[in-house]
Amino acid sequence: MNYQWNWHVFLQPTASGDDVYLGWMLSGLQMTVMLSLSAWVIALLLGALMGVLRTVPNKLLSGLATAYVELFRNIPLLVQLFIWYFVLPELLPEAIGNAFKQSNPVFQQFLAAMVCLGLFTSARVAEQVRSGINSLPRGQKNAGLALGLTLPQTYRFVMLPMAFRLIVPPLTSEFLNIFKNSAVCSTIGLLELAAQGRQLVDYTAQPYESFIAVTVAYVAINVIVMTLMKKMEDKVRVPGYMGGK
Amino acid sequence: MIQISNVSKSYGTFDVLKDCSTTVSKGEVIVVCGPSGSGKSTLIKCVNGLEPFQSGEIIVNGISVGDPKTNLSKLRARVGMVFQNFELFPHMSITDNLAIAQMKVLGRSRDEAVDKGLKLLDRVGLKAHAHKFPGQLSGGQQQRVAIARALAMDPICMLFDEPTSALDPEMVNEVLDVMTELAQEGMTMMCVTHEMGFARRVANRVIFMDHGRIVEDDAKEAFFANPRSERAQQFLAKILHH
Repeated sequence: MNYQWNWHVFLQPTASGDDVYLGWMLSGLQMTVMLSLSAWVIALLLGALMGVLRTVPNKLLSGLATAYVELFRNIPLLVQLFIWYFVLPELLPEAIGNAFKQSNPVFQQFLAAMVCLGLFTSARVAEQVRSGINSLPRGQKNAGLALGLTLPQTYRFVMLPMAFRLIVPPLTSEFLNIFKNSAVCSTIGLLELAAQGRQLVDYTAQPYESFIAVTVAYVAINVIVMTLMKKMEDKVRVPGYMGGK
Repeated sequence: MIQISNVSKSYGTFDVLKDCSTTVSKGEVIVVCGPSGSGKSTLIKCVNGLEPFQSGEIIVNGISVGDPKTNLSKLRARVGMVFQNFELFPHMSITDNLAIAQMKVLGRSRDEAVDKGLKLLDRVGLKAHAHKFPGQLSGGQQQRVAIARALAMDPICMLFDEPTSALDPEMVNEVLDVMTELAQEGMTMMCVTHEMGFARRVANRVIFMDHGRIVEDDAKEAFFANPRSERAQQFLAKILHH
């Protein structure tokens, strides 16, 4: 193999001359982190809401939440992304659609990617939240209600605090997934980490260095996420319960 | 205090409760017993609306439980309930378990709620455990906390749903002692239990249920001396020999 390894490539100025290639990588990393974190906020909020609604006695509300989850869970992420980015602006009222299309292209890409990733992941979070609630002993809800708490209060003070503790491990997986899934957003031109990696290959013909760097960056993000989530899991651990002290 | 009139409930074609009627007066202690599946737990859960029922009427302190206009949360706040599996909130300290509903439902300040909770905790002999979590207590201790938690709401009556069935035998008495004391202080109580010693000691009346029906509803003396129905005789013969 006659490959010329060149790790100095990251310190060379880019073709446009405004930065070094490492700068491209870092801006990609920053985009990935910003996109994933903002989508995660959407996913957690909507996922918690939909997961709760799937367990309420009201048939209409639980039916709507089920429809929501099935819709976003059963369409491939890539297809959803194209729908949000290419199709939806055409379907919106003309004024809004045009305003979107005339906005900053990076803003367009980021907005579509954030909403898409957020909603896709929210359906998965909703399922975790629902299973967390359903795995609580049935009597917990009755105990809350019997004390005179309303149903929303019983969710807020009795069921959700335990349900969320139970689902920290699967939620960690979803949190890791959202970073990995964000790479799909390079397909609409968003310059996140994977896209910057490919761009670097195009400009420098150093694919190994480029993708090794991208890989290391993704692994680093996920090690940090796992460490933080583990810390949180320990912090909220209930004494005398599930391996608590 | 509690009037149950012609209450029936079914799941599809299976009748859980058939035309049940009884009353519990202020200060009375009623023990509900019967074989498993006889509907006794369902009946007691109907009293505070945790289980809906299709026909009949239950009036608690002048308020109809089945009426859709009734504010059930408000009613439940006045009716204490103790469950078979304790159902303390595992993520809260014992103090918080005792205080949460007082604060959120009755609007008491935290200081007031904690103070009241600790007093009751002392009464059930567990003051030293206030800072612990439910998972760090034994079953009997948890159930005593659960009783204190219900009492903290200043209930007008107490419902007990097999409070000792999930306990190790040696912890049964510590819970029954608390219940006995409560009965002797004049608390209105409806207890689903198989503890016939408790029934003999403190009950005013004993209700015997079978297949969703109230088969016997007698004064304690009459029930133990001379149950009228054959089914109750069989039941007593079996459990009193132990």
